[in-house]
Amino acid sequence: MKYVDEFRDPGMARTLLREITALVGVLGATPARPVRLMEVCGGHTHSIFRYGIEGLLPKAIELVHGPGCPVCVLPMGRIDDAIAIAERSEVIFTTFGDALRVPGSRKSLMQAKAEGADIRIVYSPLDALALARTEPEREVVFFGLGFETTMPSTALTVLAAEREGIVNFSVFCNHITIVPTIKAILDSPDLQIDGFLGPGHVSMVIGTGPYEFVARHYRKPMVVAGFEPLDILQSIWGVLRQLAEGRSEIENQYARVVAEGGNAAALHAVAQVYELREFFEWRGLGSIDHSGIRFREAYARFDAERRFAVPSVRIADPKSCQCGEVLKGVLKPWQCKLFGTACTPETPVGALMVSSEGACAAYYRYAGARPKADAA
Amino acid sequence: MNDISPIARRRRGVLSVDTVTLAHGGGGKAMKDLIDDVFVSAFDNPFLEPLDDQARIGLSDFSVHGNRLAFTTDSYVVDPLFFPGGDIGRLAVCGTVNDLAVGGATPLYLSCAAIIEEGCAVELLRRVARSMAAAAREAGVRIVTGDTKVVQRRACDKLFLTTSGVGAIPRGVDLDASLVRPGDAVLVNGVLGDHGATILAARGDLALDGPVASDCAPLNGLTAALLRACPALRFMRDATRGGVSTVLNEIAQAAAVEIVIDESALPIREEVKGMCEILGLDPLYLANEGKLVAIVPAEDADAALAAMRAHPLGGEACIIGRVSERAETRVLMRTLFGGTRIVDMLVGDQLPRIC
Repeated sequence: MKYVDEFRDPGMARTLLREITALVGVLGATPARPVRLMEVCGGHTHSIFRYGIEGLLPKAIELVHGPGCPVCVLPMGRIDDAIAIAERSEVIFTTFGDALRVPGSRKSLMQAKAEGADIRIVYSPLDALALARTEPEREVVFFGLGFETTMPSTALTVLAAEREGIVNFSVFCNHITIVPTIKAILDSPDLQIDGFLGPGHVSMVIGTGPYEFVARHYRKPMVVAGFEPLDILQSIWGVLRQLAEGRSEIENQYARVVAEGGNAAALHAVAQVYELREFFEWRGLGSIDHSGIRFREAYARFDAERRFAVPSVRIADPKSCQCGEVLKGVLKPWQCKLFGTACTPETPVGALMVSSEGACAAYYRYAGARPKADAA
Repeated sequence: MNDISPIARRRRGVLSVDTVTLAHGGGGKAMKDLIDDVFVSAFDNPFLEPLDDQARIGLSDFSVHGNRLAFTTDSYVVDPLFFPGGDIGRLAVCGTVNDLAVGGATPLYLSCAAIIEEGCAVELLRRVARSMAAAAREAGVRIVTGDTKVVQRRACDKLFLTTSGVGAIPRGVDLDASLVRPGDAVLVNGVLGDHGATILAARGDLALDGPVASDCAPLNGLTAALLRACPALRFMRDATRGGVSTVLNEIAQAAAVEIVIDESALPIREEVKGMCEILGLDPLYLANEGKLVAIVPAEDADAALAAMRAHPLGGEACIIGRVSERAETRVLMRTLFGGTRIVDMLVGDQLPRIC
C-alpha cells in the first residue's frame, strides 16, 4: 500500500536492527542491566505489539510503556460523572468507542447504554454536533477525550456551534496535556528511564519545543517518533545514538508530519476555548498539576460539567490495582497481582487492560502474556 | 424429489397496500395476503404452496444425499438491509447454506421466519424475498416453510430474518477440528474482510466511500468440489463474525494445536487495508460472508488449493499458514516486518481507536 508498505520494509528493519545492536554494545547494556526507553504514546505501544517489535530488539533494550493512552488514564470518578450525564433522559451522550468499556465505580458506559441511557458512538465531535442539529429537542453531549491530538477538533467544534448558535450541544471535557505528565514521570523517585520516544500526533499539534526541558533540565534524550514500525526502530536508534554520544536533545524523526512549531491554527483554537485546570486526577498516577484543561469562562455554556452539575465524586483506584506502577515502568504488566486473573480484557479492573493502546491489554492480546508467565 | 399431489392451484392473495401494518400480523386475510404476495410468490415451490403448518419431505430425499442429517439455524439483523453485493435476504440464505456446507453437508431445505416492524414498505419485503429466492436458486436449495410476525414500531429495526436449514452429509465425509494435525495446511478461498468493510462503509457515518462489495455467496458448490479433490480434508468453517482470526482460534482450541499464519500470505484488498489503516481496525477480525477456512493434510494442500482456484468462488484462494509442531494452543502470526505476535480472540466488538 502506498505510503504504508514503505514504512514496513523488512530489509530496512534488518539494517536498523544491526545498528541498534551495535549501539547497545557501545553502551555496554546487558539483559541484566538494560537500556530503558519509554514510549510515551499509546499509539506506539500498539504498534510495538502489533508488529512484534519487542521480540526483534536486543534483550538489552527494555521498553517501558508510558501513560499516553488517554482512555486508560481516566479515573473512575470521571466515568461515573459521564454516566450520570448520559443517564439523564434529555441527553444523547456521544463518545468515541474506546471509552465505552472503561469501568466506573459501579458500571461502564456500555452497561449504562444497555440499561437504557441514550449513548451513541461517533467518530468525530462534528458527528455529535450534526446530531445536535437534527435533534434540537435533545441535549447532545460529547465526551471530550484525549491529549493535544484530539483537543483542536473539540475546540473547533465548539467554535462551530457558537457560530451557528447551536444551544443544545456541550462537551464533557476530559482532555489532558502531555507535558506536565512527562514531567511528573521524570520527577517520580522510583523511575529509571534512560530516554524517550516522544509522542507523534501530540507533537503534530504542539511541535517539539515544549519538550526542551526533558533534554535540558533532566538530561534525557528524546526522539519524537512516527507510528510505523520503521519509524519506531529509527527512533530507538536515534535515542541510543544520543546516549552513546553523551548527548541529550529533542530530535524529530516524524518530520513528515511534525513541524517544529506545531500547528498554529490548531493551537489558536485550543487557546481560544480552553484554559488549564489547577490539577487533574489520573488513574494510576494520582493528581497532576496543570495536566487537564477546562472551558474558559466565555465558553462556559458549552461545558457539560456546569450545564448538568455532575456529582464529581473522587473514587480511589481499586486497592489491588497496580496500573500506576505499570505506567511508571516500575512493574511489568504481568507482574501485577491482578493481571490475567481478576483483570482481563473481558472484565478490566485497571484502565491499562481496557483500550488496545493500554500496555496490559497489548501484552495480554499480542504477546500472550499470562499471569506469572514471561512474555513471549 | 418427494411426490406431492398437486392440489388444485389455489388463488394467491395480493396486497393492496404499500406498507405493513399490525393487521398483517393478525392471522387473518391480511396476513395471508402478505405471505402469498411477498414470500410464496417469490419462493414458488410445491412444498410451500399448501401453506400448511409444516413442510413434509420424504426421508428418501435426504438418504440419496447421505447417511446423516445436518441441521442449523441463524438469525440476521444486518443494518443497513441493502448494501453493495447483497442484502439481508441473500445473507440469510447464504449464511445458513454455508453453515451446512462447511460441515460437509449438501444443503437441501431452508425455512424462513420474518419479524417485520410495522410501517415497513411492502416493496422492500418483496425485494428481500426475491433476493432470497435468487440466492436459493444459486445454492440449489428450496425455502419450504416459514413464518411472519409484525411487531410495533421500535420493537425491531425494520426487518429481522431467521433461517434454519437441513442438509445431508454424504457417507464417509467426517469433518472435525479434533482431526487437525501438526503440519496441516491452512487455506482460505479468497480475499478477507470485504463484507465487514462494506457494511462499515454502507452505514455512511464514516464518510468513507466503499469501493468494495460484500462477498456474500453460497459456498456449497465450492465445498463439494473441495471434498471431491481432497477427501482427507480435516475441517472447514466459514469466517463470518469475528473474521478469520476468530475461526483460527476456535480451531486451535478445539484441536489443542498452534497455528502459525504468515501476514505476507494474507489476501486482503488494498481498499480494505486502507480502510483498516484509517480506522485502526484489523482486517483479520472483519466479517466475511463468502469465505471459509479449510485445514487439509500437507500432502493434499496443492490439490485442495487447485480445486478451490478452479471454482468461481475460490479464484484468489491461498495457503495462509500451517499447524505447527509445537505443543501450544494458540494462533501466531509472522508479521510482514519479521516479528511474531499472538492473534487472539476478539473481546466484544472491534472499536476504532481514538488517536
